[in-house]
Amino acid sequence: MTQPSRGGEYDVAVIGGGLVGSALAWGLARSGQKVAMLDEGDIAVRPSRGNFALVWVQGKGLGMAEYAGWTKQSSDDWSGFADLLREQTGLDVAYRRPGGFMPMLSEEELQARANTMMRLHNQPDMIPYPYEVMDRETLRKELPFIGPDVVGGTYCPLDGHCNSLRLLRTLHKGIGMLGVDYRPNHRVESIEHRDGGFRMTTAGGEIRAGKVVLAAGHDSARLAPMVGLSAPVRPQRGHVIVTEKTAPFLHHPTVYVRQTDEGGVMIGDSFEETGFDTTLQPGISSAIAQRAIRFFPLLGKLNVVRSWAALRVLTPDGFPIYEESKTAPGAFVATCHSGVTLAANHALTLAPLIAAGGLGDRFAPFSARRFHVPQAA
Amino acid sequence: MFRRLPEIETAAEKVSFTIDGRPASARAGDSVAAALLANGVTACRNTPVSGAARGPYCMMGVCFDCLVTIDGTGNRQGCQVRVAPGMAAETQNGKREVER
Repeated sequence: MTQPSRGGEYDVAVIGGGLVGSALAWGLARSGQKVAMLDEGDIAVRPSRGNFALVWVQGKGLGMAEYAGWTKQSSDDWSGFADLLREQTGLDVAYRRPGGFMPMLSEEELQARANTMMRLHNQPDMIPYPYEVMDRETLRKELPFIGPDVVGGTYCPLDGHCNSLRLLRTLHKGIGMLGVDYRPNHRVESIEHRDGGFRMTTAGGEIRAGKVVLAAGHDSARLAPMVGLSAPVRPQRGHVIVTEKTAPFLHHPTVYVRQTDEGGVMIGDSFEETGFDTTLQPGISSAIAQRAIRFFPLLGKLNVVRSWAALRVLTPDGFPIYEESKTAPGAFVATCHSGVTLAANHALTLAPLIAAGGLGDRFAPFSARRFHVPQAA
Repeated sequence: MFRRLPEIETAAEKVSFTIDGRPASARAGDSVAAALLANGVTACRNTPVSGAARGPYCMMGVCFDCLVTIDGTGNRQGCQVRVAPGMAAETQNGKREVER
């Protein structure tokens, strides 16, 4: 463990204890940094406890090829990441990469999807990856339970999933073992850049650190301007339904339906722009359940045991922001809506760079400056 | 283990059903869970993840520990279904099958 650097008790304070903050804190501590992770309490807005747990590649990055490449890298590193976590903590986050499907209910949708995948791969700087557009009969060989309305779909062998609740728990266990000082009930009120370090006023007292990483999800929008950064994120609500545990029958994840390692079937993928409202809307739950039954009619026999709504952390273009402050060097922001998929990157690639002191040119496309469009003349 | 009160033993008419294919007897009005207990079946399933044994507990629809397969449908709450003549009740080993 290194000595705390100038300006604080800690080398680095990570603000946010969800999947992004935990993965970064884990990677920073593994890189030898003395880390504090400042978190809110049990009732925080916490997408890490409400997500769908896909480690997903196909279709991501149309409009930013660097994001497609970043996503593919995390997918490629995920298996090794899961191994490291298991060796360290003894916990298995149930990562599987059987390849994933995006089933389609009309020929028009399927054609549009095929076009999207082609446009994605035609981008300059795109790192290609394998995928297939399948007709109904080909799809049915892989997913025998599809309903009569399914006309085909796309398949990508890189897609997978995990147990994301266990991932959060495993990361928290792991950072504890690495000596990270986890501070719940330390909501950060203000951050002051002083003497080359950072001073955080929190609900649990003052914390000082040489560097600060904003990984606070929705709250990064409030915190970023305090250190000369910008994180224009908004909440986008999604509903999830989970059924009773069932013997394994669905051997590949899909965007809409997946069967967990413990047997429950998760149904999801709704999108609502309703602010910070996590109230469950029965009409939306009903709509996603009906769609899921069109994909897999035998789901209609299963009992629902839980349903909820959670809030994605979305930037205006949906791509992540990774940036170091120009005016307060040592302050970083990391925000994305794919805290599960990108966990391997955050832990194994991004955290060591922050520990070493800077992100480098590779991350220039992820700067929030892309949203600061000059006023038209 | 469980015994009926003497006045109940003879009050209602007998209903014949099966437990895992074996002939069994209940009283009209019994829930499946009560009938299982009366027939000495105290563990009606194993849990889906750890495989621990479970049996009827709350008898009022809350605990979901008495899940059994009834007439081919898995994960039915035994305490919420009345025994019917000829009913096939089956203990359940782990997760239900999606097709039954």
